[in-house]
Amino acid sequence: MQELDTAVPGSVRVTRQSDKVVIIEKDLATEQMVLAMGPQHPSTHGVLKLECLTDGEVITEAEPCLGYLHRCFEKCCENVDYPAVVPYTDRLDYLAGMNSEFAYAITVEKLLDIEIPRRVEFIRVIVAELNRIASHLVAIGTYGIDLGAFTPFLFCFRDREIILGLLEWASGARMLYNYIWVGGLAYDVPADFLTRVKEFVNYFRPKALELCNLLTENEIFVKRTWGIGIMPADVAINYGWSGPMLRGSGVKWDLRRNDPYSIYPELDFKVPVPDGKHSVIGDCLSRHLVRAWEMDESLKIIEQCIDKMPSAEGFNPRSAIPKRIRPKAGEVYGRAENPRGELGFYIESDGKSTKPVRCKARSSCFVNLSAMKDLSKGQLIPDLVAIIGSIDIVLGEVDR
Amino acid sequence: MSTTALSQFSIPFLMGNSLNAWSEALAGFYLFGLPLGLVIIAAIPLVFIALYSLTYGVYGERKISAFMQDRLGPMEVGKWGILQTIADILKLLQKEDIVPASADKFLFVVGPGILFVGSFLAFAVLPFSPAFIGANLNVGLFYALGIVAIEVVGILAAGWGSNNKWSLYGAVRSVAQIVSYEIPAAIALLCGAMMAGTLDMQKITMLQSGTYGFAHFYLFHSPIAWLPFLIYFIASLAEVNRAPFDIPEAESELVAGYFTEYSGMKFAVIFLAEYGSMFMVSAIISIVFLGGWNSPLPNLGAIALNDWTSGPVWGAFWIISKGFFFIFIQMWLRWTLPRLRVDQLMYLCWKVLTPFAFVSFVLTAIWEIYIP
Repeated sequence: MQELDTAVPGSVRVTRQSDKVVIIEKDLATEQMVLAMGPQHPSTHGVLKLECLTDGEVITEAEPCLGYLHRCFEKCCENVDYPAVVPYTDRLDYLAGMNSEFAYAITVEKLLDIEIPRRVEFIRVIVAELNRIASHLVAIGTYGIDLGAFTPFLFCFRDREIILGLLEWASGARMLYNYIWVGGLAYDVPADFLTRVKEFVNYFRPKALELCNLLTENEIFVKRTWGIGIMPADVAINYGWSGPMLRGSGVKWDLRRNDPYSIYPELDFKVPVPDGKHSVIGDCLSRHLVRAWEMDESLKIIEQCIDKMPSAEGFNPRSAIPKRIRPKAGEVYGRAENPRGELGFYIESDGKSTKPVRCKARSSCFVNLSAMKDLSKGQLIPDLVAIIGSIDIVLGEVDR
Repeated sequence: MSTTALSQFSIPFLMGNSLNAWSEALAGFYLFGLPLGLVIIAAIPLVFIALYSLTYGVYGERKISAFMQDRLGPMEVGKWGILQTIADILKLLQKEDIVPASADKFLFVVGPGILFVGSFLAFAVLPFSPAFIGANLNVGLFYALGIVAIEVVGILAAGWGSNNKWSLYGAVRSVAQIVSYEIPAAIALLCGAMMAGTLDMQKITMLQSGTYGFAHFYLFHSPIAWLPFLIYFIASLAEVNRAPFDIPEAESELVAGYFTEYSGMKFAVIFLAEYGSMFMVSAIISIVFLGGWNSPLPNLGAIALNDWTSGPVWGAFWIISKGFFFIFIQMWLRWTLPRLRVDQLMYLCWKVLTPFAFVSFVLTAIWEIYIP
């Protein structure tokens, strides 16, 4: 009797009738298989490798293996001047370069304690929010691909193309901008830029709804995401989640509101969280919906910025840029709300060098991905794909 | 095929009769003990379908998806990229034929062959026109249903022989899926067979002809005929692994499913089999429910549209058009819908389609018995 209880779990199914152990089925043991998902796999969004232990199609354990895209960001920063770090930050989250630059710029400005022209702040917010929309479009589009719907992806990219065109017009590059500099901007926006942005906002507002409905009104899509990969709010906070992931679990946490920076306190926008009617709070669908709703909020922010924008008269985007950045000895942690969550920079200066002694990036994707082990337990392989897609990782930021 | 059965049609038989005469003449010749005429007659649709599948099927899929996705699709090779598929074939022919070192070589090579044969054997019983059918079996429908199941063996051989975990997943999924979906598909087709009272594909088609055109089709035969029609269409999507039931090759989950390891011509053969199967199920659904080679146009008094558009050549035109129409719908669905999960797929089969197939079976039987 005792032996049966300690037998390999799964090999024998037993039940107790009063004090007797009755064998229901024998030889049920199925062998577990190690399955390497990635680094070359279509739905790991780059070079993520997931080492899964599977029993049939059920994942018993999944362990993310990182480092395939490690480019020594932090070490590189220690060897270049403060302004020269900006192009590196573009390459962290390459889908939201403007936001990463923004986070780095406000961190160094905090260290230097300098005042920025107001127009610069407005332009920064506009380009950052444009880039947020572009990034969420990729997230939503690729999420469709992960679940087998290819067409929404191309619709999303069609609209993203317009944003990239606008940002290219402003900065000269489509993805890796080097536009937001410490203390200012590389250039002022082109003459007609704001009109075109306004045109885009008017064009995109109905389109955002259409793109959202294209997926969320599909029965199959909802069935694939409803109640999958549920993350309770307390566990999400303990993991250090941020951004749409944390808001998907029902926590109203947005650095633009909770730790305001730049001109965000002056702007009127909501922090969308799932209401529990459209989805189960904390599941894949919630995260998807939060992203879709956030695009609408970003449009609102852009519109307000355009209306409140100070005039360009006598404006020099480089007026506040220090000739030489040599901060006092000390350390600073600055953070900003990126499309994927909190991107923080911890910078240490020794007061002598023009290079940071230490520059650590706190990446949102990396932290969000760390919950993979918890999320994937007992899920099917298709659900695993749905969960990875809902985390919306960019490997450039995970590995740095 | 008996000429007496054909004589009821008021169509010019010049073309058909000469074809028949030609095939009878050919049947006199033997090559390696095989009747040469039969071989050629059976081979023609295959050649046609092979050409169709590779050129127009693939090209059509790319163009249709492009139009749905707000892009152009192939535009470079030839006018509107019309020669793109030929360029692709040439490329595939030149590719190295890789057999993975640890693969089961025999199964790996034999898999695509079985798949191809299984998919194309069913073409033998498809009537392409009143005068044109590869093998006029009296159990044609049964044969077509049965022979398709051979594909499963090919898929399993390919998946297992590849010695790749993703391929194995794909193969196992595919077997579970195809075997399950045969049941609602078969019951739905049985409803069609019940309405006709025969399993002979050519006879099923002939029974749906008449001067009112589409009104004679079995889709409009009884008030519940649309139900087996719909069930068969959904089940056929699963049988040929098309979206939203493409889980055996789910590219975002299983890389490419059972043909992950295939390259070069073997890959092309699998591809060809897939497009061949698509046309095959489209043709079967058109034959059983939409009158096969019959013209859908009715005779409007003096304007005898039906008579004018009937005949062996018109017949081929109609069945191919109907086939293309269903292929278009398959592509439309593929580029519209996300993919179901494995358990949802099985749920749909066993808890939705199969019970409804039984319901439609019983209702059709009652209709056939009590309402003449």
